[in-house]
Amino acid sequence: MTRHVVAPVDELPPGSRKFLTIDERPIAIFNIKGEFFGLLNRCPHQGASLCEGPLIGLAEAETPGDIRYTRRGEILRCPWHGWEFDIRTGQSYCDPKKFRVRAYDVNVEPGARVVKGPYVAETLAVSVEDDYVVVDL
Amino acid sequence: MNMQFRPGEQKGTEAVVKQAIADCDIHPTRKDPKGLYPYLEKRWRDHLDAYGALVYQGMVVGPLYPKGQPNASRRDAVPPEGGVQGSSLKFMQQQHLDPNNVALGIMCPLSLQGFRNLDLGAALARATNDWQVAEWSGQDSRLRASVVVANEDGEASAREIRARAGDKNFAQVLLMSRNTEPLGQRRYWPIYQAAEEAGLPIGIHAFGNSGHPITPGGWPSYYIEEMVGHSQCQQSALASLVLEGVFERFPRLKVISIEAGFGWAPSLAWRLDKHFDRLRSELPHLKKKPSEYIREHVWWSTQPMEEPDERQHLLDVIEWIGWDRLMFATDYPHWDFDEPSRVLPAGVSKENRDAFFLGNARQVFGIAA
Repeated sequence: MTRHVVAPVDELPPGSRKFLTIDERPIAIFNIKGEFFGLLNRCPHQGASLCEGPLIGLAEAETPGDIRYTRRGEILRCPWHGWEFDIRTGQSYCDPKKFRVRAYDVNVEPGARVVKGPYVAETLAVSVEDDYVVVDL
Repeated sequence: MNMQFRPGEQKGTEAVVKQAIADCDIHPTRKDPKGLYPYLEKRWRDHLDAYGALVYQGMVVGPLYPKGQPNASRRDAVPPEGGVQGSSLKFMQQQHLDPNNVALGIMCPLSLQGFRNLDLGAALARATNDWQVAEWSGQDSRLRASVVVANEDGEASAREIRARAGDKNFAQVLLMSRNTEPLGQRRYWPIYQAAEEAGLPIGIHAFGNSGHPITPGGWPSYYIEEMVGHSQCQQSALASLVLEGVFERFPRLKVISIEAGFGWAPSLAWRLDKHFDRLRSELPHLKKKPSEYIREHVWWSTQPMEEPDERQHLLDVIEWIGWDRLMFATDYPHWDFDEPSRVLPAGVSKENRDAFFLGNARQVFGIAA
């Protein structure tokens, strides 16, 4: 596993996404209310750029008419066919046994540690004063 | 608020799908609600400004199909220069025609039929057909237009078809599955007569406004019931065409069922045949079993593809229908788009793949490479 430095934290404010390609893999990094998430940007169903979809909540009902809408902003809905995935785990809600989108660990690390490595940050100039978003893959 | 946005990177213009394909259901869209005005007589522009266009659908205050995704379209299909999905030829080429190696694309413009004012309907059909040639098929030789007709006016429709006969821009006559009467009834026969004379297949696309509930059991609560209801509408349309004797009267007529599924085809045919054995005397004008008319006259576009859990079930259904009867379609730019590289299970022979993706369409539309 390699740790890749993605961006200074300031570049990914809450509500934003960053798309990048790492080792030929299309990746998207999300900042949702200060928490960072990473997913492979390819829907396991038919290959759409999944991470261009909207972030919605989870609609559930024990019985008809008894609707709960929770986890707002944590469910990613594919821009083509609307398949829903859990941003935290990549779990599919329409076919959890067969389909999962690859989820990656994303963390914030201080520049002092990033400078020491081992990190891959070819395209970023890293300074010790800042914090950085780092993804493992 | 969740809005679609673009990461700034699209598939390149290089084809990523090696197999050349025919896409039998592409939806070009007007750039704005007045996009057809340059092709309409002033009399009808003024009419639309003053009165609008009334359809067979009550209580409508917004678009009929914003469903599932915005404009019922892929969120990643908004042209970079602005406008709604499907309104830019350049972006359609860049996002779909080039990378998906589309050799032949059949356009099915929607929401341009089923008007209650028949004269307005005829004017809009004519304008739509001029627009398709001027802005689409005339600009990209891979694209072919559909003859859009004022479906509720058989004679006006026949005039429009005859006006386009022999024009290689046009590949088929387009009808919707939902009309004020079942499609086999005699008011629609002038359409079939003109299409047969012109050598144009009739494409019957799901959707349209009929004034009737989409299900035979009444108005449903959910969009998903409407999506599934399109298969039921298509079954009614096909049963009507067969049982009214349309294929006896017009023996060279070809029908393409578009965007309505095909998994139900064997079941419909079996049921028709079973009842026909018992009720034949009601229909002395039929010389063959209903299933034989379906097999001889009907082709099926594939999107939205059936996706059973067991792939063998799909192959079994296709075996009944015939690999020579299915025609691949994506429905671009709509949200239920089928991706050509993912649509067929592994293990299909090259001969069948070639027929499915391109050969059958070339044959049905009579368009050589």
